[in-house]
Amino acid sequence: MSIRERLSGNEAIATAMRQIDPDVFAAFPITPSTEIPQYFAQYVADGKVGTEYVTVESEHSSMSTCIGAAAAGARAVTATSSAGLAFMYEVLYVAASSRLPITLACVNRTLTGPININNDHSDSMGARDAGWLQIYAENNQEAYDNYLQAMRISEHPSVRLPIMICQDGFITSHAVENILLEEDAAVKKFVGEYRPEHALVGRDHPLAVGPYDSCPFCMEHKVMQAEAMKNAKKVILDVAADFEKTFGRKYGFFEEYRMEDAEVALVLIGSTAGTAKACVEKLRAQGVKAGLVKIRVFRPFPMEELAQALKNVKAVAVMDKSEGYSGCGGPLFAETRSACYDLPDPPKMIDVVYGLAGRDCAVEDIEKVYRHLLRIMETGDVGPRYIHFGQRSNQQEVL
Amino acid sequence: MAYNHKVELSKPERFAPGHRLCAGCGAGIVCRGITRALDEGDKAVICNATGCLEVSSFLYPYTAWEDSYIHSAFENASAVCGGVEAACKALQKKGRLNEEYKFITIGGDGGTYDIGFQSLSGAMERGHDMVYFCYDNEAYMNTGIQRSSSTPRFANATTTPVGTESLGKKQEKKDLTVIMAAHNIPYVAQTTFIGNFKDFHEKAHRAIYTPGPAFVNVMAPCPRGWQYSAELLPQICKMAVETCVWPLYEVVEGKWMLSYEPKKKLPVEEFMRLQGRFKHCFKPGNEWTIEAAQDYVDRKWAELLARCSQS
Repeated sequence: MSIRERLSGNEAIATAMRQIDPDVFAAFPITPSTEIPQYFAQYVADGKVGTEYVTVESEHSSMSTCIGAAAAGARAVTATSSAGLAFMYEVLYVAASSRLPITLACVNRTLTGPININNDHSDSMGARDAGWLQIYAENNQEAYDNYLQAMRISEHPSVRLPIMICQDGFITSHAVENILLEEDAAVKKFVGEYRPEHALVGRDHPLAVGPYDSCPFCMEHKVMQAEAMKNAKKVILDVAADFEKTFGRKYGFFEEYRMEDAEVALVLIGSTAGTAKACVEKLRAQGVKAGLVKIRVFRPFPMEELAQALKNVKAVAVMDKSEGYSGCGGPLFAETRSACYDLPDPPKMIDVVYGLAGRDCAVEDIEKVYRHLLRIMETGDVGPRYIHFGQRSNQQEVL
Repeated sequence: MAYNHKVELSKPERFAPGHRLCAGCGAGIVCRGITRALDEGDKAVICNATGCLEVSSFLYPYTAWEDSYIHSAFENASAVCGGVEAACKALQKKGRLNEEYKFITIGGDGGTYDIGFQSLSGAMERGHDMVYFCYDNEAYMNTGIQRSSSTPRFANATTTPVGTESLGKKQEKKDLTVIMAAHNIPYVAQTTFIGNFKDFHEKAHRAIYTPGPAFVNVMAPCPRGWQYSAELLPQICKMAVETCVWPLYEVVEGKWMLSYEPKKKLPVEEFMRLQGRFKHCFKPGNEWTIEAAQDYVDRKWAELLARCSQS
């Protein structure tokens, strides 16, 4: 039986961690993820978990501690945001290439600079090529549910890659919402125990991890890592299917909202989906065929599946909540546009970079984007393909 | 039981031959000495910072390590070791691991004095049951003899070259052993390769078998960086100790103890003249550099004696 509760996103993640009882938690605070290690410290203090709680002196050391612990055969977790994730950058790659299934709760916050504590996705998007699986949540319930699925995906023998479970800082992490929690025993049973084949300790043979990988071998290892990322797609769907069977909530690579006959659609990530859904309903009531694709799994990127979801749409706005400084659009735009390249009749597509450093995005704002798409659809004129939206401007209307 | 060199050397090697370290390199001697200090049958996990030792002892698909070993980066060996130790505690507590392990971290002076210092300080402060061994060869040797904070004043390094306006490194060597003692951990020691390795072996053993964090600083000369002929290694170590450039001592639970006091403290030039990195100090007009080096050694030696007599 599910348990009705009211929790913030951070407490939901901390609750999932308590229920799973990981072996090692490496903790270092940074806003807005700080509450996660704080809640967990209390679980440790109250004897509710058997976890070794290691209060490291930096995020670089928290990821390094997770690397050591995971190589020793333990389930290792941490939580961070923004500059904390950036400080881990070097060792994120080490964790992935060493094929260590570490779980990182990423509470998305804009990357410094300038320093700002509010939400956008620049931190985890900056780590998008690090070899980590990345799953994003719209709300507290999804953050919790994604966390329950994380370890089974990352620890799967055909994957063995670390995983980031992302949620939007403050918007999701600090907002208290209704949530359905699962019973401790049911969670433990669903997640299962971690018994890796190889480990530094407790095996018949010693293990050596982290070699100097010379030219005749290193590329092969990188290709194996790339294959593992591809393998993760099937595992993500298998775990989601079992999750639905066990707990009744359905997940996939992305959520399609009113996409069945959509002519104009948004593709976006995270909490803005809630706002966009309200806007879709408003427009649908006016006869506008509006739809929404909310990306849940960004790594591996569901390229073929997303193309199928968008193949009948006339005009698409990709909403990037991070600025990639590529000069031609954000990271979600690059992936989405590439995904649609093989379609016989791809939709017109623009990139709308929005919500940077916590800039608010309301239903009226989303509506402006849909109206812009309708104009594109009617005139056939796409106009500028890469625009920023929501910033103050001398012009009356940015869109 | 009294140290017996023959008995210790008859133990099975845990740092196997075939590694790529240079002839006359101190790092390999450190690794053999550390693993020899483990009691036979006791298991260990070795953590290693990036450096000469790592790229020479674990090149895929070969490893020189008979024990479990992990390398991940330059600056994080202590944090990785803390993670392994924490994992073992958790797995033991949860009944998933029955064996006991010793946790050993090895890094050069670059990975210890400099880039890995934060990680080292943090792991020691947290009290992980681990030993950090620094093999101190006084420069970034793996990248080609660049100065570190451990490089002594006047040493010629590739980022402190001797020239018309330069007599080598301008700053004195950082005194890391003292800094680690200030962490108030149960065991800190300074040693090198002397005679039959009794001093090194006993300190390594004590460090490994002291519960809680321990730090051992081992002077480990580098023939390329220090510019000496490989067979001179024992002589250089001996001179480092006899001149008091590298005194042998321990700090056990806060108590400072000198391990060896030279009967006649030799002048510092006896240590310096063996090495090409100090060659310029012996040129006419540069006599003051040797005097300055002597003054520094005298001051540090007096400080150490005072600490030991006050303890």
